[in-house]
Amino acid sequence: MPRTVLEPRFQVEYLSILDSEGSLDTALEPDLSAEDLKRLHRAMLLGRRLDERMIRLQRQGRIGTFAPIKGQEASQIGAAFTLRPSDWMVPSFRETAAMLMRGWPIETLLRFFAGHLEGGQPAPDQHDLPITIPVATQLPHAVGLAYAAQYRGDDVVVMTFFGDGATSEGDFHEALNFAGVWHVPVVFVCQNNQWAISVPLKKQTHSRTLAQKALAYGIPGLQVDGNDVLAVYAAAREAVARARAGDGPTLIECVTYRLGMHTTADDPTKYRTAEEVEAWERKDPLTRFGAYLQKKNLLEDGLIESIDAEIAAAVERFEALGPPDPLGMFDHVYAERPDHLEHQRREAAATPADPGPAAPEPPAPSPPMRGQRTTRR
Amino acid sequence: MARLNLVKALNLALRQEMERDGDVLILGEDVGVDGGVFRVTEDLHRTFGSKRVIDSPLAEAAIIGTGVGMALYGLKPVCEIQFSGFAFQCFHQIENHCARYRMRSQGRFHVPLVIRMPYGGGVRALEHHSESEEQFYAHIPGLKMVIPSGPRNARALLVSAIRDPDPVVFFEHKGLYHAAREEVPDESETLPIGRAQVVREGGDLTLIAYGAMLRVAREAADVLAAEDGVEAEVIDLLTISPLDRATLVASVQKTGRAVVVHEAPRSFGPGAEIAASIMDGAFLSLEAPIARVASWDVPYPGFAREKADVPDLARVLAAARRTLAF
Repeated sequence: MPRTVLEPRFQVEYLSILDSEGSLDTALEPDLSAEDLKRLHRAMLLGRRLDERMIRLQRQGRIGTFAPIKGQEASQIGAAFTLRPSDWMVPSFRETAAMLMRGWPIETLLRFFAGHLEGGQPAPDQHDLPITIPVATQLPHAVGLAYAAQYRGDDVVVMTFFGDGATSEGDFHEALNFAGVWHVPVVFVCQNNQWAISVPLKKQTHSRTLAQKALAYGIPGLQVDGNDVLAVYAAAREAVARARAGDGPTLIECVTYRLGMHTTADDPTKYRTAEEVEAWERKDPLTRFGAYLQKKNLLEDGLIESIDAEIAAAVERFEALGPPDPLGMFDHVYAERPDHLEHQRREAAATPADPGPAAPEPPAPSPPMRGQRTTRR
Repeated sequence: MARLNLVKALNLALRQEMERDGDVLILGEDVGVDGGVFRVTEDLHRTFGSKRVIDSPLAEAAIIGTGVGMALYGLKPVCEIQFSGFAFQCFHQIENHCARYRMRSQGRFHVPLVIRMPYGGGVRALEHHSESEEQFYAHIPGLKMVIPSGPRNARALLVSAIRDPDPVVFFEHKGLYHAAREEVPDESETLPIGRAQVVREGGDLTLIAYGAMLRVAREAADVLAAEDGVEAEVIDLLTISPLDRATLVASVQKTGRAVVVHEAPRSFGPGAEIAASIMDGAFLSLEAPIARVASWDVPYPGFAREKADVPDLARVLAAARRTLAF
């Protein structure tokens, strides 16, 4: 018997609407109101400004290790913008912009990165999981949430975020496989920012795209220009609509770039060139979208100032909180505190730890995250 | 009231909890049409359908991981890992997430998940089908670790585990599945998680065991009574974590001597924590060092050598007599 070609053959689409030169594909341009365009822009800018502030706060020792999002604002905001409050968002640890859009207060994020457990607590009416740190392990949670929503007959879509490195993890493949088999309403958003700490994409996978990994699981995969908020929005809107209509999961690969470090404990000059970073800076999602809005006369005066004031007020509220009650660590281990924990709590209360100086002086260096080098060049 | 073996008793618990609560689902490999490789979920698929008794793809991490997601949404999944020896492929989901979501979200979320796993040796099975790994789960804050010893307490504990708001790892000894039948009441009953039971009273020595080792401990107590004139108290732990220290301490305050028996390897096993807890609570009552009878600190040696590895009556008796003679 001769070898035969199995049908169907697969293809992966790439979507770009507004490129870095400012040229716009008007046929694909999403029909967004002026109000929505302004909301998108403000959310991206808030993500960027908070990012810059967080790095300064970390350098000053006022928060701990932080994973910056600079360069990935369009990927996060374009995708999260398509969710309803009743939908669920399942983040990794590099989604501060999307989390802000989903209603996480800035001071809650500050608390998270300052090591307060309280920074992981969503509001009672918020359908968001807290930050997940182990790479790709949140993806099965998103699939389970989507299964449960479908089981209950709820009109709910689940969106989960992860990076390019996550696509090498078993949990990524297991999650896509389960989602495909169960045909559940979940949207996988991969922020392919080209670097998993120091490992470039070409060492992460031999695949031409990450989007094509969806095809092996029988679900649609689409690659988009992740620095083009209009393209990300259009792709996510389509995927969310597909999920909502009962037509199953989608993988969206947002091709973007981490302009900053992996975390504040990292020095990216060690593993990548300034030329590469500069090339991506020219594709900055904010510059591109700002120019687009300017043409539409939608840029708001004083926007940066109002965002900075919002951040400053949140930082002030966060710092007024002071250190958390150490004994709070015994409160949410189990629904009811077992005897041995009650004893340990009493023991801890009787022998309080030295609280140390009120403010660390000089700032304590943050520990690395996940295999990070601690040495600097 | 019917005389049921462990498999049928667990099946009854699952069936009744699924009838009682539409949020209870079963998720695992071969749990549906096949009824599970040990038949614990037999016929549930026929009654409750494939949306509630889910034959999952073969992937332990996603079984637990999606179970976590379902539980976060408010469902009560009962996940089956086919053999506890395969659970290391989902250990990260158990340790990183099941055990921590309540803490991480400061009570906003919790994971009312049950993870059933057959464990233990003595069934002439290959590597990864005969180990006892309860110590790993018992060590994790935020988890509960339960091991029944017979059909009736297994049924009651599984009902309690399903209704528990916290994640419970539920070990079922393969050697007990068909070992004995017990009267199991038709109407649902529960047993409190975190409470041990004194199953034989005695004043001379405390024998502490759980799972399949309970039978060995009881036999040892019978022999000691007949041959040595010694009355041993036997404690069935039932819950490994949180450990019922009060019951252990009260017994040893009375007997002054204790032997712990388990199938997990000795070093850093549950016996170590039990011994330390007894030291904390009953030091001045102790007449002898606390003895541990456990599997040796070797990887599973294969079933041709298993009898030399897993504690048996002779080893428990020898340890008890050394303790009594100290």
